[in-house]
Amino acid sequence: MTGFLAGLLVAVLPLLAAGFWLGRRTARPEGLGGGLGTPVEYATFETLHTASLAAPPLRAGLTEETARRSARRLRTLLGTDALCLTDHESLLVWDGVGGHHRTEIMERLAGPLESGRGEAFRLHCEVPDCPVRWAVIAPLTVDDRVHGALVACAPRESAVLVRAAGEVARWVSVQLELADLDRSRTRLIEAEIRALRAQISPHFIFNSLAVIASFVRTDPERARELLLEFADFTRYSFRRHGDFTTLADELHAIDHYLALVRARFGDRLTVTLQIAPEVLPVTLPFLCLQPLVENAVKHGLEGKTGTCHIQITAQDTGAEALVVIEDDGAGMDPVLLRSILAGETSPSGGIGLSNVDDRLRQVYGDDHGLVIETAPGAGMKITARLPKYQPGVHRTARLTTD
Amino acid sequence: MNSGYAVPAVALVVVATVLVGAFGLRISRTTSDFYVASRTVGPRLNAAAISGEYLSAASFLGIAGLVLVQGPDMLWYPVGYTAGYLVLLLFVAAPLRRSGAYTLPDFAEARLASQAVRRLAGAFVVGVGWLYLLPQLQGAGLTLAVLTGAPDALGGLIVAVVVVATVAAGGMRSITFVQAFQYWLKLTALLVPALFLVLAWQGAGAPTHAFDEPATFRDRRTVDVQDTLALKLDRPLTITVTGTVDGRPREDARVTLPEGTHRIAAGTRLTFAEGTRVPATDRGTNGGMSTSLAESREERPLYATYGLILATFLGTMGLPHVVVRFYTSPHGVAARRTTVAVLALIGLFYLLPPVYGALGRLYTPELTLTGDADAAVLLLPDRVVGGVGGELLGALVAGGAFAAFLSTASGLTMAVAGVLTQDVLPSRGVRHFRLGTVLAMAVPLAASVLVGGLPVADAVGLAFAVSASSFCPLLVLGIWWRRLTPPGAAAGMLVGGGSAFCAVAATMADFPGTGNLHALLAWPALWSVPLGFLTMILVSLATASRVPPGTAAILARFHLPEELHAEVKA
Repeated sequence: MTGFLAGLLVAVLPLLAAGFWLGRRTARPEGLGGGLGTPVEYATFETLHTASLAAPPLRAGLTEETARRSARRLRTLLGTDALCLTDHESLLVWDGVGGHHRTEIMERLAGPLESGRGEAFRLHCEVPDCPVRWAVIAPLTVDDRVHGALVACAPRESAVLVRAAGEVARWVSVQLELADLDRSRTRLIEAEIRALRAQISPHFIFNSLAVIASFVRTDPERARELLLEFADFTRYSFRRHGDFTTLADELHAIDHYLALVRARFGDRLTVTLQIAPEVLPVTLPFLCLQPLVENAVKHGLEGKTGTCHIQITAQDTGAEALVVIEDDGAGMDPVLLRSILAGETSPSGGIGLSNVDDRLRQVYGDDHGLVIETAPGAGMKITARLPKYQPGVHRTARLTTD
Repeated sequence: MNSGYAVPAVALVVVATVLVGAFGLRISRTTSDFYVASRTVGPRLNAAAISGEYLSAASFLGIAGLVLVQGPDMLWYPVGYTAGYLVLLLFVAAPLRRSGAYTLPDFAEARLASQAVRRLAGAFVVGVGWLYLLPQLQGAGLTLAVLTGAPDALGGLIVAVVVVATVAAGGMRSITFVQAFQYWLKLTALLVPALFLVLAWQGAGAPTHAFDEPATFRDRRTVDVQDTLALKLDRPLTITVTGTVDGRPREDARVTLPEGTHRIAAGTRLTFAEGTRVPATDRGTNGGMSTSLAESREERPLYATYGLILATFLGTMGLPHVVVRFYTSPHGVAARRTTVAVLALIGLFYLLPPVYGALGRLYTPELTLTGDADAAVLLLPDRVVGGVGGELLGALVAGGAFAAFLSTASGLTMAVAGVLTQDVLPSRGVRHFRLGTVLAMAVPLAASVLVGGLPVADAVGLAFAVSASSFCPLLVLGIWWRRLTPPGAAAGMLVGGGSAFCAVAATMADFPGTGNLHALLAWPALWSVPLGFLTMILVSLATASRVPPGTAAILARFHLPEELHAEVKA
């Protein structure tokens, strides 16, 4: 009997889970259900809901894949028998009946795509009981440039459809404009990464070279070692393949960096490391911890004559690695820090923190930004959470929007 | 059994695990030790950790129990458990590591770029994890019950609480070291007593009738029957009975039972004379699975053996707690080296349980009657060596057994909780991870209380069957076949894994009891694995337009060594 019960439990549990999930998936957002407002209001909500469902795919730009995923929603929105989306050259998707009109419509598209003005026309058809006889072309424009067209087909002429198709096309255009904006934002961030790379060193390079020069006579062996550290560090920071690296490599870069800094400051700087070996293979955006250490060194030694202690910790917390960089230096006013992170002010060196924060958010999502605990005179503790796996993040990948 | 030393031994293992886990790697280093501080986990250490996590109650107790009850046929279990890593090494290890995936759902997403397939893989990880956790908790209950006479559920409860507490309180900080430590502990706990046992066996003139069918009692032996059972006799049997046999109460009476089936009521005490054959039993309602699986194996040994071989060979690669450990390897080649080392370590370990099983047939054959065959490993030292030495060795074995439950259970709980947090619960925060941990452990704990006598090795076999039917096709085709599509992968996992899962559920519910259909359901891998592969291939071919873009690049990344790939890209 107990065996039977257990078997039943094993069989029923996944079913329950599946039902729960399906229920959540299919449940309408609250308020759409029923008993709400007048029929007109209900229709408005319904339309807005359909529109909001069609938006996400289009935010990725106009491609065959996104057109396929949004076409059905758009057709529901318009209430026509057939709808198709095209770009300049080809028909991306045909949703609904009457697919044999594809070529005819592509032939008629040239004009509207050129002029950017909509058009309605009768379709010529050999099929006796063809369900679509009439088509509206509404161009999709982004920044006054025509990107493609939305074509709605219907059995008979309808002024309402012409108007509706025009409005939907304008709405789609807005989504495409947003997609364009997303792309520009990514390009901006990519440019910032390049900027950070180029920017990494001027002061650091001069200082390092000066330190090495000071050892050349007194301690040539040390100078040679430092030069090699310098070479290793610059080789790492100027490398060109991929926007990602492993935690192990990043930590080695930090080690080279610290060796050069210690040569300059001697006993004033002590560093302790506590690293869980399990997280060393974690992939993370290239050069996103080194600026944090550089920042800690700067704050730790700023305006102090005593020593500075920096603690670097990397912990394994299941699906994430937790990296903490802590210094006991001057700290910072949280208000100032907030404005630096928001990009409003950029004091010397501040760009490092906000850039790292931006890149982490870009790669892992907004809940993975830097967490910084600080107050004037109380040191600074920076925590970064790095997921062990994130789609699109691997050693040779490039940073992109998707 | 005297528990004078066993309880402290178990407590010591639990405390050591918690302490090493919590504080093990709290050592801070200065930058001069940088290379020591940031050294990646070497293949050997990682292999010991994988082995430590992998060698569960099924390996530690179950195999010896099965060999004891059913003889040398059961040696396929250790062979299968080991050979699974060979398949893993040949087809999966390095590409899986290069995919950058931490868990199996991660792999599904990395390969197929589909959230739906990811969720489905997550559901199967949770299912396999729960199926695998169940025997761990039961094994713990059994161990504690045998050692101290505690209620059956207590051991499972202790393991559950310890694991949930350590995992939820920030996880095992230095899990690699803990698990590697557990491997060596388990090996020692079996190896040292085994040496003494073999010496004692030699001293007793090395009797070699261990696998005579059926086993016989070497000396006068008294057996207390705890659950009502049916004795199947194919020849008359003379025993001394105190209690109820065939409904007739008897008091210290010498009875000769004729051929046929006899019901022995719970609480009856049977005394067998020296040289008596150990009778076969049919354990009534309790422990339906033990007999049902064993019977179908007796009825169709070839089919059952092949089913077992296929499930264990192909199921290892889909075990959630094994897969996550490969992430610790720095690159694909290291993952392969690790797997080779795992093969060696596990192969070494698996030499031992059959020794216990064989000696068990000689020295503790009555365990087949009481249904506690899984306890053979625990009882043997006391029975064979005896005295303080025997008790100490018994305590060592008990400690090792608890190490087995703790390490496997914590690895599984982490894996299941991780999936629950990432893909089921609404957000990823630490609080939700704790909730996921509790959920991951609560379900198998409840099930272990409900399901009574599930032989641990059999239950693990079922988890392997589900894993082999769902994840093996996903991994093998995902790595080696460029035309795999998300709908194909989803359909294959659903059909293959789903049917294996249903078969497992039916077997647990004791349906349909006997016959061909029962054998099919009790050993599903032989048909469900090909079914999974076939569905995945056919549906993928039917949905050829849905091959994810960038498949060629993804497969190149899976298969090219990292350095080479970097050069190609540069």
